[in-house]
Amino acid sequence: MNNANKAGTAPRTRKARDPNDTRPIVEVRDVHQAFGVLEVLKGVSFSVPKGGVVCIIGPSGSGKSTMLRCINGLVPIQSGSIRVADFDVHRLHSDKEKIALRKEVSMVFQQYNLFPHKTALENVMMAPVHVLREHRDEVRERALALLTKVGLAQKRDSYPGELSGGQQQRVAIARSLAMRPEVMLFDEVTAALDPETVKEVLNTIRELAKEGMTCILVTHEMRFARELADEVLFTDGGKIVEAAPPAQLFDHPQMERTKAFLSQVL
Amino acid sequence: MSARLPVLLPSAERLARTALDERREGWRLRLSAQQGGALCAAFVAGCAIAQAQTPAGYPSIVETIWKWTPLLARGFVFNLAISFMAMGIGTVAGLFLGFAQISLLKPVRKSARFATHFFRNAPWLVLLFYCMFLIPFETTLFGVRIPIPDWTKATLGLALPVMANVSEILRGAVQSIPTTQWEAAASLAFTRRQSMWMIIFPQCVKRMLPPWMNLYAILTMATVLASIVGVNEMMTLTQRALSAENRPGLLLSFYSYVLLWFFVYCYPIARWTVRLEARYAVNQ
Repeated sequence: MNNANKAGTAPRTRKARDPNDTRPIVEVRDVHQAFGVLEVLKGVSFSVPKGGVVCIIGPSGSGKSTMLRCINGLVPIQSGSIRVADFDVHRLHSDKEKIALRKEVSMVFQQYNLFPHKTALENVMMAPVHVLREHRDEVRERALALLTKVGLAQKRDSYPGELSGGQQQRVAIARSLAMRPEVMLFDEVTAALDPETVKEVLNTIRELAKEGMTCILVTHEMRFARELADEVLFTDGGKIVEAAPPAQLFDHPQMERTKAFLSQVL
Repeated sequence: MSARLPVLLPSAERLARTALDERREGWRLRLSAQQGGALCAAFVAGCAIAQAQTPAGYPSIVETIWKWTPLLARGFVFNLAISFMAMGIGTVAGLFLGFAQISLLKPVRKSARFATHFFRNAPWLVLLFYCMFLIPFETTLFGVRIPIPDWTKATLGLALPVMANVSEILRGAVQSIPTTQWEAAASLAFTRRQSMWMIIFPQCVKRMLPPWMNLYAILTMATVLASIVGVNEMMTLTQRALSAENRPGLLLSFYSYVLLWFFVYCYPIARWTVRLEARYAVNQ
């Protein structure tokens, strides 16, 4: 594509959004989602402005992860609407449309899900080379820059099996960033890590958020949510119980359910 | 969850898992060095008995076996040729059938699954007879008469069950890859086809290799079935040699000798399969 973007993480020019577009970059309205008879989301609405950081907290099974999966179209929704940038996610039917969406929205998983038969560098390079069809040399340079950014340049030739959990997760973040997405989704990315490596992953995310990347995180790291989020959503039973800036939600929760939850985890 | 650690499982759990693997991949060949030793002992005993029964004036048993060895070896090479070709044809056809088994189109998936189970569960010998008698002995292509020799038909007959087993091995391998790999690929905007070829299938190859080699060893041993339909392979030639010698005492020694040939060929394959399996089971 363009050679000016060698620095690494600069957004792609092709998706420069209309500067007059003041709509939030992610808008979720009254989403209902069910797996068979099990209703997971019962009317969820929220929005994220460009460059915003939203943390979703709540007990297990409250539909947090499903919410993220709906946003990049991995899970279909039954009713309501989801818009990401210029895509109406709920109306994307063909694979082609979903693929176009996923170039804008990248996801990082709890279990890293790196491709075990590829080295760290190849993991990062694969999608830009084969999906975006960018030039291999240019992608390679960008991938190395990203690995340097997450502090793993020296591990570029290691296979995922040879890396620690925290290192794998940072490679996974670099892999997602290589697609130059507009929005990053993080699904409990530190839940499977041992405590010592949590910090290195959180630092990577912190850096991203400070650079202005739009992030939606499902997390159990309350301190991290408090420090970084512009808004925290507390979910329970498939609904958003309370949404507020972190200082307010953590220090002066309004709802009883929120208070009960916070008293357990803080 | 992601990394399977090498742990000692309780034996019940381990046996259950072995049973499951075998149901998926067909029965496992377990050749051990003891079996080879027993075979050697049988051969030596057979020779000794034959020698004791040899009337005066006849050449010794060792001489007799040595005399026929070049012919039997030629037969064995033919067995191997049939096994290579049946494996090649069966593998290619089986991969197609296996991918059809995981197709998103229901009719394709259903018919592939039916074909797989049909040929996997049919007795090999019956399939062999089918091919023998349903395929004509010659065909006419553009006015040229092309003869179809028996060994070609036997090869095709043996390729059918190989195809069905390879198809099942592929399906099992694809399904053993965690669905999170598909999800990760989808979230990076890979198409289904790209995910399959670049991410899923390369990981399958490693898992498919041990059962595929096991299948090859089984096939090699099954090639002697071709003797029943009159192909000039090692078994047929052994029978000819025996009737030419016309000495009943030779039976045990000659057939042990044939067994030994197959054992020597298949044993390293079986050992290697076990080693690969152990290695892949640890670092998956």
